[in-house]
Amino acid sequence: MTRKVAGVGAAGSGTHTDRSPWNWLLVVPIVLPLLTFLFNADEPRLLGFPLFYWLQTAFIAVGVAATTIVYRMTK
Amino acid sequence: MSGHTTELVVFGLLFLLVSGMGFVAARWRRPDDIASLNEWGLGGRNFGSWITWFLVGGDLYTAYTFVAVPALVFGAGAIGFYAMPYTVVVYPLVFLVLARMWSVSHVHGFVTPADFVRARFGSPTLALAVAITGLVATMPYIALQLVGIEAVLKSMGITGHLPIIIAFAILAAYTYQSGLRAPALIAFVKDALIYIVILAAVLYLPAKLGGWGAIFDAAGAKFAATPALGDGTLLNAGNQLQYVSLAFGSALALFLYPHSLTGVLASKNRNVIKRNMSALPAYSLVLGLIALLGFMAIAAGTKPIMNPNGKPDNNTIVPQLFDQLFPDWFTGVAYAAIGIGALVPAAIMSIAAANLFTRNIYREYLNKNATDAQEARVSKLVSLVVKVGAVACILLLDLQFAIDLQLIGGVIILQTLPSVALGLYTRWFHKSGLLAGWAAGLAAGMWMLYTIPGAPGSGKLHFGGSAFSLSNLGLDTKMTIYAGFVGLIVNLAVAALGTLLFRAAKIADGDDATSRGDYFADEGDPKVKHLDLTGSH
Repeated sequence: MTRKVAGVGAAGSGTHTDRSPWNWLLVVPIVLPLLTFLFNADEPRLLGFPLFYWLQTAFIAVGVAATTIVYRMTK
Repeated sequence: MSGHTTELVVFGLLFLLVSGMGFVAARWRRPDDIASLNEWGLGGRNFGSWITWFLVGGDLYTAYTFVAVPALVFGAGAIGFYAMPYTVVVYPLVFLVLARMWSVSHVHGFVTPADFVRARFGSPTLALAVAITGLVATMPYIALQLVGIEAVLKSMGITGHLPIIIAFAILAAYTYQSGLRAPALIAFVKDALIYIVILAAVLYLPAKLGGWGAIFDAAGAKFAATPALGDGTLLNAGNQLQYVSLAFGSALALFLYPHSLTGVLASKNRNVIKRNMSALPAYSLVLGLIALLGFMAIAAGTKPIMNPNGKPDNNTIVPQLFDQLFPDWFTGVAYAAIGIGALVPAAIMSIAAANLFTRNIYREYLNKNATDAQEARVSKLVSLVVKVGAVACILLLDLQFAIDLQLIGGVIILQTLPSVALGLYTRWFHKSGLLAGWAAGLAAGMWMLYTIPGAPGSGKLHFGGSAFSLSNLGLDTKMTIYAGFVGLIVNLAVAALGTLLFRAAKIADGDDATSRGDYFADEGDPKVKHLDLTGSH
């Protein structure tokens, strides 16, 4: 797939880091699924799924979005 | 017995297809010389995004997950759904950590987490502790893959151990020959089958059972009628902390397992890893749907198969559900998905365990000047021994005991977090402090697991689960917490205190063989290039 080495490597070693303010975005999907008070309820249901089940499933999308954005912005 | 012929034929054919692929895999992306750990144990360290996705996914989501998570949801409800937040949390958590691990491992040619610890803290003893922890945690995990196959075989009416021995002998043979290339290739089939089965299950089964609302209501009614306090379709005051700490603790532990790292180190650059951290959650969706099969089994009135001792074997609940509601041929496909789902992780785990032995025990203590070819030969042989050991676990021990060992495994692998994961970020800890923390965390974890009784009526007094009652610490509460998480806190506290003490006492620390730039090197970097040249010759 993408063979390019994203500005790293070619510059040699020792000068670059992983530091970026975008990394803070990763905290959202780490903390959100651990806040049980957000989702420990039966109502509202969605297609028959209690809140507990559909909202935690929806957090997957949050995780994918956050990691994708950080990956794109720090490439 | 005779009612399962179609299932058996479909299962057998798919199993044979995959076994054939395992042997052919030796020729796939074949290098000039396969006689090195970089080739046999890490597939040439050159896998791109797609292969890595299948490989790491095929490795983390095991047959035992597919069998045990829905079994837990079937038995206890909401608490079993912890697997969902666990696999959401894990990828952002390790996004940056694994990229650093990849870089430093490729610059220095590390194959195992213990290799890294050896170089970072200059301590063979600490590295040995990490290696043995990894081996002890991985062995029962491999045995549990057999539990997954056994649950499927039982549902087809096959009892006795011979089929499992044959299945594992075939697995052992092609892993020996092809190394990591075998599970990497088979993972494609495994995933295709799993996705087909799960899509069919979530579209077809709810329609048969009156819709999702009816499924959840049936589960709610069942749990309301049981005397147990910890079950229900929602969490309660007693198990919320357990849910959160179990999800978070499991996420912290996942990539400390040597086999998870194997897939990561086999990828060709940092981008492959980072991109996979946003692609792997596709499996989490599947895992969540699989977990809900537990509720479907309740709604369908599925009964688990009884063990000879008269107790229900909840691990058979998903196979039984499929048998009950799917046509025979599709049940065969579903069973093959679970069976093959056991082979991929079992192969990767045995390779990782073999690499640990070779690098951190054989080369460190038995043959300092081992050549690449010798290392590869030892790893291949040890991978056989590991599988024989796993089969012996199942044959000689009570199955329940293997499950207990796996529970313990999760708690103990977490105790390598300070030296492996934090070690990637800081060199502050003293090697002896880390060793003391590791020992203290293990002791605390074991003690906590020992205090946990099994479910009421199980007759188990110890090692009955991972939910440690805070009332044991004199707190007036019904709350429980994941024992591994508490063990890790003890570990960190002792490691930090120990570090301060050893520093104050001027006790010599080890040397750090890594330098700052090593943690950011990528494919194309001169240092990484150097490894590629030496690694494949």
